[in-house]
Amino acid sequence: MEMKLTLGPLLYYWSREDTLAFYAEAVDWPVDVVYLGETVCSRRHLLRLPDWLEVAARLRDAGKTVVLSTQTLIESESDLKALRKIVSTAEFAVEANEFGAVRLCAEAGVPFVAGPALNVYSPDTLALLGEAGAMRWLPPVEMPHAMLQAMTVPQGMETELFAYGRLPLAFSARCFTARHYNLQKDDCQFRCIEHPDGLDLKTREGEAFLTLNGIQTQSARIYTLAHRMAEAHDLGVTHLRLSPQARHMGRVVAVFDALRHETLAPMAAATQLQKWIPGEPCDGYWLGRPGLDYAPGESLN
Amino acid sequence: MSASLLSEAKPLLELICPAGSLPALKAAVDQGADGVYLGLKDNTNARNFAGLNFDAKALAEGIRYAQTRGRKVLMALNTYPQPQTLQRWHAAVDTAAELGVNAIILADPGLMAYARKVHPELRLHLSVQGSATSYEAIAFYRERFAIQRAVLPRVLSLAQVENVIRNTPVEIELFGFGGLCVMVEGRCLLSSYACGDSPNTFGACSPGHAVRWQQTPEGMETRLNGILIDRYADHEKAGYPTLCKGRFAVQGETYYALEEPTSLNSMAMLPEMLKMGIAAIKIEGRQRSPAYVAQVTQVWRAAIDAVKRNAEAFQIQPNWTAQLTKVSEGSMHTLGAYNRPWK
Repeated sequence: MEMKLTLGPLLYYWSREDTLAFYAEAVDWPVDVVYLGETVCSRRHLLRLPDWLEVAARLRDAGKTVVLSTQTLIESESDLKALRKIVSTAEFAVEANEFGAVRLCAEAGVPFVAGPALNVYSPDTLALLGEAGAMRWLPPVEMPHAMLQAMTVPQGMETELFAYGRLPLAFSARCFTARHYNLQKDDCQFRCIEHPDGLDLKTREGEAFLTLNGIQTQSARIYTLAHRMAEAHDLGVTHLRLSPQARHMGRVVAVFDALRHETLAPMAAATQLQKWIPGEPCDGYWLGRPGLDYAPGESLN
Repeated sequence: MSASLLSEAKPLLELICPAGSLPALKAAVDQGADGVYLGLKDNTNARNFAGLNFDAKALAEGIRYAQTRGRKVLMALNTYPQPQTLQRWHAAVDTAAELGVNAIILADPGLMAYARKVHPELRLHLSVQGSATSYEAIAFYRERFAIQRAVLPRVLSLAQVENVIRNTPVEIELFGFGGLCVMVEGRCLLSSYACGDSPNTFGACSPGHAVRWQQTPEGMETRLNGILIDRYADHEKAGYPTLCKGRFAVQGETYYALEEPTSLNSMAMLPEMLKMGIAAIKIEGRQRSPAYVAQVTQVWRAAIDAVKRNAEAFQIQPNWTAQLTKVSEGSMHTLGAYNRPWK
């Protein structure tokens, strides 16, 4: 299957050493595109834009395409300043994660990827983004197969699907990690660094439900479309996004790579992944069911 | 910025009230709302609840009732149109234009493009569901679709709101009172993750059809699609299982991990809001009763009139607070993100 694999932006806050080590390893992984930058919280500062650009240069030298991702929730003038810097880098394409970034990219003539938080459900909106300079788009993670099938995608625009990782479900002004530690967000002591896979949130009867990652809320379950790669390919999906998780990421990439080269059968891949994923799997969104459902045997028709 | 934009007098602290039905609309108008907002009986708006909202006949009657009294009707078309049913959103825009609403409130750029092209005279507001939190994002919608007002998500501090206002000619509307989304509006998929329906596409969060109440030996349990959202001891009042307002366990500690069941009340900030030029204050609650709408509209009308008369001397009257507390969710108020410590 002619599909590219992408490494999505790192959603967690890891130590500088761990982050650099992760991307040093990624140089050798069979991913085609790597998204870099902080998309969740402007307070996270262990890597700044010049650091990301150094990582970017190494990945590019290794033959990867690099895209710089922008912050999803823009609140302050300094957030805007950081955004303008990313857009004016000019060396790399940009993933626009809100409409301020779209505007700045369009104005500067920078080609961009329309990120999953832009809420593109309508073909008219996708056409508009194409005119503004979007070369690729990601459907919202909740978009089911049937809706994607009905979408008219502009000529030449690529489609990237979120295919592996905890689902980014919500953003808030409030930091839930700081709240857990009874800290003010402005004095959060960067406690999220202690939770490289986020903080587990369980129901009162112990069921893993959500994951707290600073101002972002993620699913507890790991979304995976490994066993459904052919369905995505048949719809014209060109890229599959694998969202960085703290452990076994290289092995996960290898499973998806084997799948696209058809050296591994879909259900065998699902079984292999079970060994490497840090939680229960889910694929409900793709089927038009509650996102947390997992029905690997369910066909689309 | 064009001269005409500068010279046009901007509204200041208009009171915009929720109308989930014709009786609620009349209550809001009678109690002094400057405008009401409402939606049709389908998933083209973000309060798609059974028994709520307007058909064309009620809408025409509501528009007549409000406009003959010099008040405005704003129609929310603030969910995201989808490819299989795009026509439904287009038809709703056409209905709004034909019946003569004062503005439509939209979140989706494609739908704004449709409205501009087919009904260029129709005034466009950017919905809170559009998740625009910066003047750069607002400029995207203004330059392309000439939006005239933006409703900001409940995430910015008041100082950040002021910075937005300084850098855009677009009128800014803020939420003043009512249910509080702890997440950025338009950027929350928790409901579809748990039960399949999201505000973006279905127009409802934690929808009634997925809710179960069950008395158990441990207490009253509230569930959403089987997921335990909260459990209440006998002395506790059980609340609706909005999933971000349940009690959950994090590292062995059970608490309101995301948000308490509390209401937003920004009344204490009215003098600052007046000073910074907030165009309108929005009251949440299209799902609430006409009696609620009447009560809240009456109190906020009095408060806004008072602050406009004399901002320096503005004081919240004890009877205002008492009346609002009676109708609030969880009987608790917060200034929300307008006040930084909330974050």
